[in-house]
Amino acid sequence: MRYLPLSGADREIMLARIGVSAVDALFADAPSECLRDQAPDLPRRKGEMAVERALGQLAARNVSAGSVPFFLGAGAYRHHVPATVDHLIQRSEFLTSYTPYQPEIAQGTLQYLFEFQTQVAALTGMEVANASMYDGSTACAEAVLMAQRITRRKRAVLSGGLHPHYAQVTRTVCGFAGDSISSLPPDVAASEDIISQIGPDTSCVVVQSPDVFGNLRDLAPIAEAARRAGALLVAVVTEAVSFGLLTSPGAQGADIVVAEGQSIGNALNFGGPYVGLFAARSKFVRQMPGRLCGETVDAEGRRGFVLTLSAREQHIRRDKATSNICTNSGLCCLAFTIHMTLLGGHGLRQLARINHANAVALADRLAALPGVTVLNHSFFNEFTVKLAGRDAADVVERLAARGVLGGVPVSRLLPGAGLDDLLLVASTEVNTDEDRAALADALAAVLGEIAAC
Amino acid sequence: MLNRQGRPTIAAGDSPASAAEHYTFTGNRALQQIEPLLFEIGSTERCGVDLDEPAPFTARLGALEAAAPVDLPALSEPETMRHFVRLSQKNYGIDTGMFPLGSCTMKHNPRLNERMARLPGFADVHPLQPVATVQGALAVMDQLAHWLLTLTGMPAVALSPKAGAHGELLGLMAIKAAIAARGEGETRNVVLVPESAHGTNPATAALLGFRVKSVPARDDGAVHLDDVVSLLGPDVAAIMLTNPNTCGLFEPQIVEIAAALHAAGGYFYCDGANFNAIVGKVRPGDLGVDAMHINLHKTFSTPHGGGGPGAGPVVLSELLAPFAPVPFVRKGADGQLTLVEQAGEGEAARAFGRLTAFHGQMGMYVRALSFMLSHGGEGLRQASEDAVLSANYVRASLADLLTAPFGDRPCMHEALFDDAWLKDTGLTTLDIAKALIDEGFHPMTVYFPLVVHGAMLIEPTESESKVSLDLFIAAMRDLAMAAKRGDAGRFTGAPRHAPLRRLDETRAARQPVLRWTRPQPVA
Repeated sequence: MRYLPLSGADREIMLARIGVSAVDALFADAPSECLRDQAPDLPRRKGEMAVERALGQLAARNVSAGSVPFFLGAGAYRHHVPATVDHLIQRSEFLTSYTPYQPEIAQGTLQYLFEFQTQVAALTGMEVANASMYDGSTACAEAVLMAQRITRRKRAVLSGGLHPHYAQVTRTVCGFAGDSISSLPPDVAASEDIISQIGPDTSCVVVQSPDVFGNLRDLAPIAEAARRAGALLVAVVTEAVSFGLLTSPGAQGADIVVAEGQSIGNALNFGGPYVGLFAARSKFVRQMPGRLCGETVDAEGRRGFVLTLSAREQHIRRDKATSNICTNSGLCCLAFTIHMTLLGGHGLRQLARINHANAVALADRLAALPGVTVLNHSFFNEFTVKLAGRDAADVVERLAARGVLGGVPVSRLLPGAGLDDLLLVASTEVNTDEDRAALADALAAVLGEIAAC
Repeated sequence: MLNRQGRPTIAAGDSPASAAEHYTFTGNRALQQIEPLLFEIGSTERCGVDLDEPAPFTARLGALEAAAPVDLPALSEPETMRHFVRLSQKNYGIDTGMFPLGSCTMKHNPRLNERMARLPGFADVHPLQPVATVQGALAVMDQLAHWLLTLTGMPAVALSPKAGAHGELLGLMAIKAAIAARGEGETRNVVLVPESAHGTNPATAALLGFRVKSVPARDDGAVHLDDVVSLLGPDVAAIMLTNPNTCGLFEPQIVEIAAALHAAGGYFYCDGANFNAIVGKVRPGDLGVDAMHINLHKTFSTPHGGGGPGAGPVVLSELLAPFAPVPFVRKGADGQLTLVEQAGEGEAARAFGRLTAFHGQMGMYVRALSFMLSHGGEGLRQASEDAVLSANYVRASLADLLTAPFGDRPCMHEALFDDAWLKDTGLTTLDIAKALIDEGFHPMTVYFPLVVHGAMLIEPTESESKVSLDLFIAAMRDLAMAAKRGDAGRFTGAPRHAPLRRLDETRAARQPVLRWTRPQPVA
């Protein structure tokens, strides 16, 4: 087996050194009736070519986003990732290293984490950021738990514009943790009155902008109302490229900002691995979950970096830790950091402008179709269209049959909510005019072939 | 001594002789390059991506357009390349050398897995595409599930957790949901956790509102049936037991402990971090396990990547399977695979909810499946045997110089030593670890498990050749003898040959500097 360096002769010598005659003697503590004398009933080993063939056949059964006009978003976005990013994250020293517990030989990881934290803090408009969570949705749940630790209150209020999966993850985790969650109904028009939901028992309000329907929300009045009530504002962003063009959540008064960082440096990957961004005001740093990287000096006075404030973490505090997280999204942070390094603030703004321009062009084109209404007053690179009585899931299937991946039906996220004729459509820098024309043409044709339900 | 950036490179008090010996104008030392933060070398005038100006458009951003770009410098592409390559050269990886970090399972990461995960049919697929367009992705999940179920002898698996600790959450949530369904939600609220457990175990239990009770550590490193039985009662929801345990031992009474727990109405959560020792040899399902997470980044070698991403699928017993969260894959009557995404209805009627936005770590599923297909069933079994053999070879080869807390009994995939052999040397476990760095090895896990004083936990994995093991053993023996003859200088100043000397962690925690800030102009 090509991955196993020991030869039969090596194994014999090693057994002799140990003083046993067979390897099963080393498994003597396992109950003998449980120790299996044969290999499991699974296929035999394969060489590289055979594995490539087997997995290549499976990959070929998927329609890859790059092979068709593609307009899906809803928390995962297709962006162009520079070649440099993927080359660098495959450097052995990054790919095959561990959590940097021995800082003298892990300064590469530690320095990029420090750079990542700096970038995330700047983008979110916050004072501190951690070294990542699993993804945006788990970061959202952790933010609610953190708000409850800080305020010692037990009720969180979730906006109806929050991604339904984020809301479900938060309800699941916080529900098991014994906290109560009030979720507002789906808010397609961004017209909910969340401020009236803030009470003396409210730990935090959780508001996403751009929201799941694409609307941009003014967080400042919500932040102010929360502050007056002693509650925190948790701002959620699922499209990190939007940081390039929009007033940051921090500048609007958010206390904690969580985001999905996939859009910068990371592929779609069918939903994972992604990278959760987590930032907060510095006065809350000791209540933050996850790893933090900090600056220090070595024995010769040279600048270096270490993991720090670990008294918050499970490997030190065990059942008193702020979170149970250990492994996070290290390599996805690196991809994010490299892509952000190439872009810088100006590049990100330009990238975001292109995204917005493409989405505006698409919205105008779709709005011109009979039976299609764009619902948003404001949006970044994604918006909601109403398909006059048609089932959007059916429309999406028919678009796919015509070779266009046309968006995410709202019913996929919110089944049974009576929003079956709504379609989420995203357009990023990867879309061309031809793509937009293909979607518009296919949508017109599909709407023509199905009767209103 | 100041470097180009005006930063001191040598601490005050260092002798002039040594300063002169190490002097270079730049502060660099050949391949060891000082690399500033990207913010110190970048500028907001540069960009490493060429982006065209969009066609004229009317913004629809409401009043929320930022007045100015985010204040973050950029680097051009060649500068970016050099910056991150130089950073990488300050890191130690498995590809650099032996990385015997106990409990962490730093085994070879085949590049075939990377190539497979980057196939556009896997990497460039959106999680919410129509299921007819992602049948291959769902087939990967289905096949991975089949391998995991066969290897564990369990009836169900929930794939979505993003790491081991996330899997622990899933397992304990399923247990909590099952207990609530039995009507015992108010009364069964204790989770038993051995003192030797990973920190994530008590942290997970506490997060979910369980009371954590410790099972004491014993002289032989095992969890004793008597100790567990004495804690059992109508308030015990579960035990979280690592097997093989964190001392590197197969729990001898695990079957009896599971039976006693079940008889008392509790569930057996197995921390599967060490599953790599027994793949193809012992099926956790045969031991009475109700839930166990499997760290794909450990046992099945999806890389650790400097601390993630990982993946932590959880195998579940018949009793717990109905409570598994969404989403999960099901095969329809027509042979098409589909995703069950809504809790509370249909097959997911009793699902406890959702743990992540999408379907879990597809990138890691592909890598793990590639690893499994490459090994085959017999290869996975051989890998476990080699991992155990190598750990015992290291143990036996160091037993005369180091001290083992539990005598000379065989270990599983990792060899545990304590610091009794350092008594009277004035040296600590940390000193040994830092001296190993100078010898070109990544240190073993130190000071874990907590129940062993000055613990040194050595996990060579199946990936080391005998030549490599022999060099490590020889280096450890040389260090041990140096320590015993009082050659303290080799240790207390170590590491000397790493990019940096020992770092001041106290200072980092006392005056936290967690981000770069633009230097204020001097008035």
